[in-house]
Amino acid sequence: MSKGRMLLLWFSAGLSLSAFLVGSRAQNSAAGGRFDYSELRNVPEKARLRANPTDRDPRAVRVGKKLFGQHCAECHGEMGEGSKKAPSLRVEEVEQASPGALFWVLTNGVVRRGMPVWSKIPEPQRWSLVSYIKTLKPATDATTPTGAGPP
Amino acid sequence: MARFPIAGILIFCSLAGAASHAQESPYIVTYDHYLEEPGNLELEYFSTLGTERSGNGFHAYWVELEYGAKAWWTTEFYTDAQSTFGDGTLLTGWRWENRFRPLKREHFINPVVYVEYEQIQEADKILKEVEGHDVESDQAESNALARGTLDHELEFKLLLSKTFRGWNVAVNPLATKNLLPNKAWEFGYAMGASRPLRLGASPEACNFCRENFIAGVELYGGLGDSESFGLHATSHYLAAAVAWNLPSGWTVRFSPGFGLNSDSHRLLLRWGLSHEFNGFGEQVSRVWEKLR
Repeated sequence: MSKGRMLLLWFSAGLSLSAFLVGSRAQNSAAGGRFDYSELRNVPEKARLRANPTDRDPRAVRVGKKLFGQHCAECHGEMGEGSKKAPSLRVEEVEQASPGALFWVLTNGVVRRGMPVWSKIPEPQRWSLVSYIKTLKPATDATTPTGAGPP
Repeated sequence: MARFPIAGILIFCSLAGAASHAQESPYIVTYDHYLEEPGNLELEYFSTLGTERSGNGFHAYWVELEYGAKAWWTTEFYTDAQSTFGDGTLLTGWRWENRFRPLKREHFINPVVYVEYEQIQEADKILKEVEGHDVESDQAESNALARGTLDHELEFKLLLSKTFRGWNVAVNPLATKNLLPNKAWEFGYAMGASRPLRLGASPEACNFCRENFIAGVELYGGLGDSESFGLHATSHYLAAAVAWNLPSGWTVRFSPGFGLNSDSHRLLLRWGLSHEFNGFGEQVSRVWEKLR
């Protein structure tokens, strides 16, 4: 193998390793108070005012709870209490946010702060997730949120 | 040095129970704009069974390790191999792929920039992309001859994708430059459309619920090169594609593809199996800290 190819191979290996370390360190340092929920305030008015079409569906919270366990609990915690990687959802900012605002953040993610876009989850399922998230009460008000618990 | 195998074993043992329910698309060639969730590792295996009019059929296969470095950056390492019936089996090369999402929100069309370095032999038959004047007869050469040429290629793609009312539509124009001297730029395309069989979901975890299945179609082929751009002497394929996303974190894909002209393989039968591991980056970081 020529010197140039060896260099390229080592460069690739080094960059891959740095990707792992950069990614994991960024996630571990995320607990350092950089979650400020400002994205909820940046939601466009039209999106914020959207009503949740699953509001009258009695199954929506149960569906949302299952989906939360599958897609969200990994970062936000099994009961939405937050983790090193993502903020708690049991806070006033989330409780007071409109369903439309939560749906918008879920759809668009907060990419620069580590939350991926979730538009690949079909729209009715995202609204069910919003229904479930709205049942989570701030930790100071209730220790066990309605409908919460390990999915 | 013994620390590294130990670290590897520790990481994989700790990940054994940390599977993530995936929502993977059925595409095998086309990319949509969704990146790997940050810190997650996806291990994927794919096979392509191909017919060959002027030679022996083949079974080509590859393994991918896909890691979400950031919510806007996914990096992936591939290694591929092939068995040509009546000839032999050989490792054909490796690829290192990176995808970057430049925009921070969803838009009408969502672009992702794709950059890949490939070091592959002429004997490579995985057909992960079709480009330039790739035609069926290129792959009729025996393994002994084809393994002698090693290509170094840089591949660029613009992944354009949109999801609306459950439908995903993705279009990927591509350009490839072989880094060997006097090689032209080669062009190609891939496009796909897919939709889950059901947009709602049931409250219980289930393997066979319709929402776990995503069906779609892919179209891909070559567009010539910088010296002779166009459809002359190029191959094109139309493929049906289905993905089955299991609650355990496994995804199964199946895709029969059919050549659209006489320069294409008549049939490319593809399938794949993948599994997503949560929090791989965090585990690596923890083990790393322990070892230091």
